[in-house]
Amino acid sequence: MTVTADTGKPGLGRRAQILISHWAVGLALAAPLAWLVTGLFLNTLGPNPIETLTRGLGEWGLRYLLLGLAITPLANLLRRPGWVRYRRTIGLFAFGAIFLHLMSWIGLDHFFAWGSLWQEIVKRPFITIGMAGFVALIPLALTSTNGMIRRLGPKRWKTLHRLTYVVAIAGVVHFFLLVKADKTEPLIYAGATLALLAWRAQRWLADRHPA
Amino acid sequence: MLIKTRTDLTEADVTDHALYLRRREFMTGAIGASAFAAGVAGCAPEGGEANAAASSAKPQAPLKAARSRFSTTETPNEKADITGYTNFYEFGLDKGDAARKSHTLKPRPWTVVVDGEVAKPARFGIEDILKTYPLEERIYRLRCVEAWSMVVPWVGFPLASLVAKVQPTSRAKYVAFETLVDPVQMPGQRSSVLEWPYREGLRLDEATNPLTLLAVGLYGETLPNQNGAPIRLVVPWKYGFKSIKSIVRISFTATQPRTSWSMSAPREYGFFANVNPAVDHPRWSQATERRIGEFRRRPTLPFNGYGEQVASLYRGMDLARFY
Repeated sequence: MTVTADTGKPGLGRRAQILISHWAVGLALAAPLAWLVTGLFLNTLGPNPIETLTRGLGEWGLRYLLLGLAITPLANLLRRPGWVRYRRTIGLFAFGAIFLHLMSWIGLDHFFAWGSLWQEIVKRPFITIGMAGFVALIPLALTSTNGMIRRLGPKRWKTLHRLTYVVAIAGVVHFFLLVKADKTEPLIYAGATLALLAWRAQRWLADRHPA
Repeated sequence: MLIKTRTDLTEADVTDHALYLRRREFMTGAIGASAFAAGVAGCAPEGGEANAAASSAKPQAPLKAARSRFSTTETPNEKADITGYTNFYEFGLDKGDAARKSHTLKPRPWTVVVDGEVAKPARFGIEDILKTYPLEERIYRLRCVEAWSMVVPWVGFPLASLVAKVQPTSRAKYVAFETLVDPVQMPGQRSSVLEWPYREGLRLDEATNPLTLLAVGLYGETLPNQNGAPIRLVVPWKYGFKSIKSIVRISFTATQPRTSWSMSAPREYGFFANVNPAVDHPRWSQATERRIGEFRRRPTLPFNGYGEQVASLYRGMDLARFY
């Protein structure tokens, strides 16, 4: 227990606070994914559990992608620069959810039927696009460590991680193309993605042409 | 003789009907924990399952039905799954919606209008229908276009019997069906995800095929609302969207009628919609399906395994063109 500087009273230091809130964020992100995966074994996912699991993991993966993209605009608008520290955790949970979504599709839905899986990947545009999005996520996950950030340097790392925009767009298009009739939900995600990217676009333009 | 009545038992103590029907399996321990939980009062399972159990546990009137040689010997799916997992957009887009929200549907009184190219047009009350036609149990496979399937123990009578009664004229080549339109009873109809009423149709020879069923019941009882009460079509060799629910009108026509999914996405859903593993849906393969309750997918059968009865209807037809 450390003593806080200004009052001299006992309390948690800033580092401890950050650690606790980071864990809280991690647990909050893990909870829906854990609920889905354990639901498979507890039989709480309804009559078609594999479909529910695959779809649920995909939805949360997309939500976390957009949440990660929302950090910078929100931190900027609400003047909370400290929030940027949670972006990596969110991004990694997005990768994790999407990885599990892919594993559920490959291993549970199709039980490793590689021939028919490959057929689906090449024949169905929405799957091709989804797969491309996942492939683009891999270098982002691999370069998420402090070591890799140092090795790449801030400029190269930042350029590489702009791939997040591509991944988010791929995810939204994947979702939009797969829905049967009611496009409401995918359109909401599309709108959110557009707004988040538009914010970045206007900031980039403003930076290039300062008033 | 004095018959003492127990005063400590309430309706909540009554065993869930689905569990009661499978009591022998339960005694051997073959039924898993979740089914047991659904059967024990007060231990409701999560979300949709609890509501499905609640809706399917609602007492339905029993129906007398004879056995049929057209029934499959495969084991029917659990009643909780059949009644809890349905595509019925009139009540919402989620497959659990109809179980949760179809209590607003009033299947009595109900009239089915039969008109068009017939010598004897009529308006049948559902009570008349139940008294007129001897009922059979038909245990059929039902294959959804989304590539999942179930085995359902329907109770109904052949559509052919009704067709014979109304005497189609020589101009009648097709039979068209319509579902009820009433956004108060069917709140999902406030959304324009599909053009209401839900419409379907068959060629006349498909309609009079012995397999084609007008179903009024399920698992020996009258049809629950979420499964298309009080009367629906079952065409087991076609994708499930052809099996139109909650029918209010049957019209005999000279030209091919418009059908709802074909109107919504003509490149994806056709008039014939025969189950065919060789003809993919544009966005997914139809070669395999998930039988609800099974872990591995199974191969889809041409005509959903009913080729012996119906393949001759399509001799010479290009099934990839007429999907």
